[in-house]
Amino acid sequence: MLNYFQQLGVTSLGIFERLGRSSLFFVNILLSIPGVIVRPRLLIAQIYSVGVLSFSLILISGLFVGMVIALQGFYTLSDFGAEGMLGVMVAASLVRELGPVVSALLFAGRAGSALTAEIGLMKTTEQLSGMEMMAVDPIARIVTPRFLAGLISMPLLATVFSAIGILGGYFIGVGLLGIDEGGYWSQMQAKIDFNQDIINGLIKSVIFGWLVTWIAVFEGYDAIPTSEGVSRATTRTVVHSAFVILLVDFILTALMFGDI
Amino acid sequence: MDLSEHDPLIKIKNVHFSRGSKLIFDGVNMDIQRGKVTAIMGPSGTGKTTLLKLIGGQLRPSSGTIEVDGENVHRLRHKQLYQLRKKMGMLFQSGALLTDISVFGNVAFPLREHTKLPESMIRHLVLMKLQAVGLRGARDLMPAELSGGMARRVALARAIALDPMMIMYDEPFTGQDPISMGVLVRLIRLLNDVLGLSSIIVSHDVQETCAIADYVYLVSNGKVVEHGSPKQLADSDSQWSQQFMQGMADGPVPFHYAAKGYAKDLLGLEA
Repeated sequence: MLNYFQQLGVTSLGIFERLGRSSLFFVNILLSIPGVIVRPRLLIAQIYSVGVLSFSLILISGLFVGMVIALQGFYTLSDFGAEGMLGVMVAASLVRELGPVVSALLFAGRAGSALTAEIGLMKTTEQLSGMEMMAVDPIARIVTPRFLAGLISMPLLATVFSAIGILGGYFIGVGLLGIDEGGYWSQMQAKIDFNQDIINGLIKSVIFGWLVTWIAVFEGYDAIPTSEGVSRATTRTVVHSAFVILLVDFILTALMFGDI
Repeated sequence: MDLSEHDPLIKIKNVHFSRGSKLIFDGVNMDIQRGKVTAIMGPSGTGKTTLLKLIGGQLRPSSGTIEVDGENVHRLRHKQLYQLRKKMGMLFQSGALLTDISVFGNVAFPLREHTKLPESMIRHLVLMKLQAVGLRGARDLMPAELSGGMARRVALARAIALDPMMIMYDEPFTGQDPISMGVLVRLIRLLNDVLGLSSIIVSHDVQETCAIADYVYLVSNGKVVEHGSPKQLADSDSQWSQQFMQGMADGPVPFHYAAKGYAKDLLGLEA
């Protein structure tokens, strides 16, 4: 019994220690942002690697998610004779929830894991130590451009995801199931509120981008410098990101839409 | 009288360092002289690389001081430490080249980060540094295309890019073929003398290191156990020197890792 409590204490201390370390790490990232802004070349290269290379995955996934919502939604709505509301249903689901959440989950799997593995391997091969000894701060040179790239890319990717999803819904609803094209767009225009839906969705995606990229760069930087350590860190990035995205999504949804 | 002996480049005073519960250094004292090649040797796992990291300020000792060029490394603020590091070069065992840029980009990296030189000047400097290590022709290769010896020579060119006052070599000869090893041995001595550097070599390759070192520290069990010129160590009566310099399996560094009695272990008896 005593061992159980001891183990619990050790685990809790470990969690708080990592939280503390990651917070200090984040403060260091914040302090080095001005240095990255004056050298935009570093940031642009990372936006390409983190954002542009995730684009096709987001595009294809968004299209299929939109198509599935339209299919499922049509059969439910048609029971109530409300097929005309399909556009609203597709758009609201995507803009409020699925756009930010699914694109963040995909982003964590595609870009987050790559960030962790890249930084972890740089640590393993002493590239980060080498930089420190060349008087180049690896946080400013390596971590912060990647963090900012994630922060900038995520809302853009979530927007693309929602937009292409709405188009996917259109192909299924209007093209395949034959609902009225004017109704699909006009109902959407009338019911989707810019502040309530679109801005809140964007806020979610910015927060998810911040969390996922923070987790990814920290896990890479904090990885044990062995192949097993990097492998574990990469797994942790995906698992922790998924957990945090879903938890924070619930909290944000409750705050944003709880009183509707 | 050599004045530099009274003003060593690096003064290590009573340094203690632990990693977890394991004591790595238990009161290490060393003076690294200017303009000399100083070797720090000892069996694997004695913390030789750790000592270089302590000198470079990447690790902090639990007690004791390390002064480099008159500055207490661990009292410096972040910015001052980075200023000091611009005067220190370090050659990592793996080379630590940045894998996403070419050989040229790697050598140009510190120049681009720390100077505002025009690109034409950087090109000249990089080619001169690569010429010094014999790899001017390899400038367009990527690190993955280099052999181990070539990677270390590129890393050496990068380490001298900013014309530092000293270079620390972490196991420079490990895993090298005889030709690469010969090239590295010659380069380390040559660069030290021609560029007026001070060099610290951490190694356990006795022959190669003693061939170019002016002074040797032997480290074991967290302490400096012997020091002197390579000849003094070779002639020393100390059991420790004899074991290490002649590569004997047993001696002050025991062949057997600490264990309970053999018979008790085999018979399953508690010690």
